[in-house]
Amino acid sequence: MRILPNGDRALLVEFASLDLVLGAHAAWSAAPAPGIVELVPAARTVLVRIDPVVTGLAAIEHWLAEHPASPLALADGDVVSVPVTYDGDDVAAVADAWGCSIDAVIERHLATEWLCGFIGFAPGFGYLVPAPGQSALPQVPRRETSRPRVPAGSVALAAGYCGVYPRESPGGWQLIGRTSLELWRDDTEQPALITPGTRVRFERVPA
Amino acid sequence: MSHAVVDVVDPGALTLVQDLGRPALSSLGVSGSGAFDRAAHRLAQRLVGNDEGAAGLEVLLGGLRLRVAAGTWIALTGAWVDARLDSASASVAVPPHSAVLVDADAELVLGPVTHGARCTVALRGGIDAPLTLGSRSRDTLAALGPAPLAAGDVLPLGPEPASPVPVADLVPVDPPPRGLVELEVRPGPRADWFTSDALDLLVTAEWKASARSDRTGVRLELGSAVDGGSGGLARVPAREGAELESEGMLRGSIQVSPDGAPTVLGPDHPVTGGYPVIAVVVDASLDRLAQLLPGQPVRLRRATGRA
Repeated sequence: MRILPNGDRALLVEFASLDLVLGAHAAWSAAPAPGIVELVPAARTVLVRIDPVVTGLAAIEHWLAEHPASPLALADGDVVSVPVTYDGDDVAAVADAWGCSIDAVIERHLATEWLCGFIGFAPGFGYLVPAPGQSALPQVPRRETSRPRVPAGSVALAAGYCGVYPRESPGGWQLIGRTSLELWRDDTEQPALITPGTRVRFERVPA
Repeated sequence: MSHAVVDVVDPGALTLVQDLGRPALSSLGVSGSGAFDRAAHRLAQRLVGNDEGAAGLEVLLGGLRLRVAAGTWIALTGAWVDARLDSASASVAVPPHSAVLVDADAELVLGPVTHGARCTVALRGGIDAPLTLGSRSRDTLAALGPAPLAAGDVLPLGPEPASPVPVADLVPVDPPPRGLVELEVRPGPRADWFTSDALDLLVTAEWKASARSDRTGVRLELGSAVDGGSGGLARVPAREGAELESEGMLRGSIQVSPDGAPTVLGPDHPVTGGYPVIAVVVDASLDRLAQLLPGQPVRLRRATGRA
């Protein structure tokens, strides 16, 4: 764990792996030091934002050093089941990239248990990685040109991650399928169905 | 209890509903958003007796025209505009930083900005748009909150607040500067990705606010004579071409894109980003970003003392 400066109201804490990020985010969110207003997990870091009226960066740095993270215990996360119809426009391109059949792409995607590492890009857009103990899937690059409109519910792959577009938005990931599950409801207290630490299993439904 | 409505005659270039935003939802991918010039927002709301968290209008470059059929109090802060109240019988100038009664038959007309870029309009009762995740702010990047104003829109106002319109003839506030704007910065998490020349250039160059700036971020470009032929903020050799895994961003984070140009992130910034952050604009300087016009000179200054 390495604590980096980040202006006058935040620190950036860097970790060696995503499961340490998730462990730190879960532990620190459950019992934050007074004055921490926000914790933002990402691939290798947790951003710690403070209210400078309540606390100071030196005090928080000290508190963080006294609260080292351990990897997230997997059983802690909620499990969300996502029904998918595998008819995405790029599923054949992914099969080409992996050198296998479309059915084999679907099988590997279904056989993997996923874990939401962090949310970025758009509200509720979780970056899913194979859960600890699961083998990584071969990487697929982002599309060369981004689509101006990707429909809500599109299930996609890129750069070692899987994601489900929670709302219609532009997007450059490879689309392999779609779900009817509502992942984002901004009229509720808990707008995102998938949050950092959520485990995700995909289930196949016919077209 | 009056529940007046606002009739939008002309929204100007871009008018957005803003309050103080969504402060702590970044881990769900939702940025802070809210008024770009927070001090201007708070002052405008106080001038008409509203709670500071009431929603007002953020008007880019002026040009807004509206009517309030029931009449109400309004106040203008932030950028200075040539504003007037037009009615059949008269055309009266509206001073900045002052509560002004808009009569039922009058039209509030905001001319072009004369100082600064974003004018805040507060109306007594506040704009009563629906709440999205606890805020009425429009997040332009995530497309959350009320759509930008369009001609013909009818916006409801909230109920008359408990507190009266305060008795203050005029709050003396300087207009946003037309010339050089100084912003204080502190080191960012990836300052060590950049050469010592780049770190010096950041705080010695005269930058110019780019026309490619909005609520997502204000891009800075080098003024002509200063850069000494350099291509912007250069990375140390070990980091040239390196990819950074996405990490959390702040309002004020100065991201440096591969071409060496810095962008200071604004209220609607992406929650995470993959460009290294060389420095961060301190909280006390953030509101000044809202008032920068394209081409305006900007100097970044290293903050001193403890954060």
